[in-house]
Amino acid sequence: MLYREAGDFKTNYVADSQTFPIKFDRYGYYFLLGFAFLVMPLIINDYWANSIVVPFLIYTIAALGLNILIGYCGQLSLGTGAFMAVGAYASYKLMTAFPELNIVFVVVFAGIVTAAVGVLFGLPSLRIKGFYLAVATLAAQFFLIWLFTRQPWFYNYSPTGMISAPQRELFGVAVTGPRASAVAMYMFCLCFLVSLAWLARNLTRGTLGRQWMAIRDMDIAAEIIGVNPLMAKLTAFAVSSFFVGIAGALLFTVYLGAAEAGEAFGIDKSFLVLFMVIIGGLGSIFGAFAGAAFLIIGPVLLKLLLVNTLGWPTDLAAHLEIMIIGALILGFLILEPHGIAALWRTIKEKLRLWPFPY
Amino acid sequence: MRDIQADDGYMTADGRKIGGVAMELRNITLRFGGVVAIKDISFDIRWGEIRAIIGPNGAGKSSMLNIISGFYHPQEGDVIYKGFKRPRMRPYEISRQGIARTFQNIALFEGMSVLDNIMTGRLHHMKANLFQQAIWWGKAQREEEENRAQVEKIIDFLEIQHIRKTPVARLPYGLKKRVELARALAAEPAILLLDEPMAGMNVEEKEDMCRFILDVNDEFGTTTVLIEHDMGVVMDLSDRVVVMDYGRKIGDGTPDEVRNNDEVIKAYLGVAHE
Repeated sequence: MLYREAGDFKTNYVADSQTFPIKFDRYGYYFLLGFAFLVMPLIINDYWANSIVVPFLIYTIAALGLNILIGYCGQLSLGTGAFMAVGAYASYKLMTAFPELNIVFVVVFAGIVTAAVGVLFGLPSLRIKGFYLAVATLAAQFFLIWLFTRQPWFYNYSPTGMISAPQRELFGVAVTGPRASAVAMYMFCLCFLVSLAWLARNLTRGTLGRQWMAIRDMDIAAEIIGVNPLMAKLTAFAVSSFFVGIAGALLFTVYLGAAEAGEAFGIDKSFLVLFMVIIGGLGSIFGAFAGAAFLIIGPVLLKLLLVNTLGWPTDLAAHLEIMIIGALILGFLILEPHGIAALWRTIKEKLRLWPFPY
Repeated sequence: MRDIQADDGYMTADGRKIGGVAMELRNITLRFGGVVAIKDISFDIRWGEIRAIIGPNGAGKSSMLNIISGFYHPQEGDVIYKGFKRPRMRPYEISRQGIARTFQNIALFEGMSVLDNIMTGRLHHMKANLFQQAIWWGKAQREEEENRAQVEKIIDFLEIQHIRKTPVARLPYGLKKRVELARALAAEPAILLLDEPMAGMNVEEKEDMCRFILDVNDEFGTTTVLIEHDMGVVMDLSDRVVVMDYGRKIGDGTPDEVRNNDEVIKAYLGVAHE
């Protein structure tokens, strides 16, 4: 009964089109935000940060980016791993070439470089769509990984072929490198995630978002209505790659610390982020969070349950974990093909009327 | 190169003033491979009038509309709009010049709400760039609010307030047709193209749609080009009618003239049996 909109009147269009039109949602959101910024830093420890929280934050950024491309603009892409690699290698080159550059700018510039690369590989989308476009983006995946592993300039001629992130500080606190604390890593990624989610929400609610969705739903009609397909598709590729590039830069600088393109950004990463977007819900900001949570937190919780609580051997648990997650994915998709976000939406619609559904 | 001298137009029987020529189609020929869809057709559209295009199935009516909205490019002939010959353009550029349309089989954006669909129609009235939209401060938000106000007027006008936030996919057919009209109207077009706005509707829905078309024409002075199969509707609504058959024009004039044209009767309306 807390969850209702009766009596919550909107008297102008701004209030009517806000992100959380229902009071209960709005307060829930403020509460979560407060919890993430004020409480989490106090209780987070190294294990939780490294196994769940930081990867969750980073993959959510990647899922947000891919969701803009696939979920909002309808352009299928399998090159996410490679675009994350572009972000990672761009941040590496920037960090080594300009040691004085603030780490925030490094990450943002890495995103901008990735956006440019994304636009380049988005050009085929002007002629082809659907699965054929997916195959074209696969070319990006293989070509870029080849480039980063075979061209020594990209890894500064290091003998191992790996790139490693030097220590960088923000306000005197190390956020990258081996001495970065869990809290610093967490807060750094959280700030990026919150501001990027806010940007994604703004872009998808306005004219640009509607152009993307128009292209997704019916591209010919969209063009006759006045959507410039070239601009709509390329902006979607640019914005999406920007997000994915930032995720790649954070994954490398903050989380992994050292990486090798083929190992860290292979095609399995493309699929991982794609599954997050599909399971979470296409065309939904919340879906990116839900999908990333499902695929990052799910396996860890399952492992904790099987190994620590039930006391099963680790290798057996590892195999079962994969099977259970696979079964859960299938189950979810049969139950609700439009993802967790759609499930959530249905629940909310029911709740609005509960307990008097008439 | 101004091609047409402004002429004065005429008054209709019910006292509406019809202006000069808005668009002239000159010797249009459209071929798909060896098939000639439209053969050397010329006609004009005047400001403020309701112009119907009728003809049997496959006569080339929709192709004609597709030429006007820039989706097809005729192999021969010119489109003269506002007195100037129109160069070859992409459809979105043509829509920017004030030509909006609806489609024969509804082409709404199914994944979006009614409100978002109609707001998409106002694309050309919104100028905020990517960065302004990203921070959603100042121009982007102001524009959104102003255009929302305009869209609400159209929602009010077409009586679809109750479904404004409903996803389009959930709407029944008749309402979808109305939302599509709303989306086209949101662009504030100079010329509105309607491809079978009444197809598949019941009598009541048809009456509503007729009323909307007449009201739009009356209130906004929108020039309307209409393809329709329901002869009663066409004869009642339109000021002038073009009749097509097998890609040729076989009649052009007021509903009365067309109705009494022998060739039209033979080709389309059917010969009365004695």
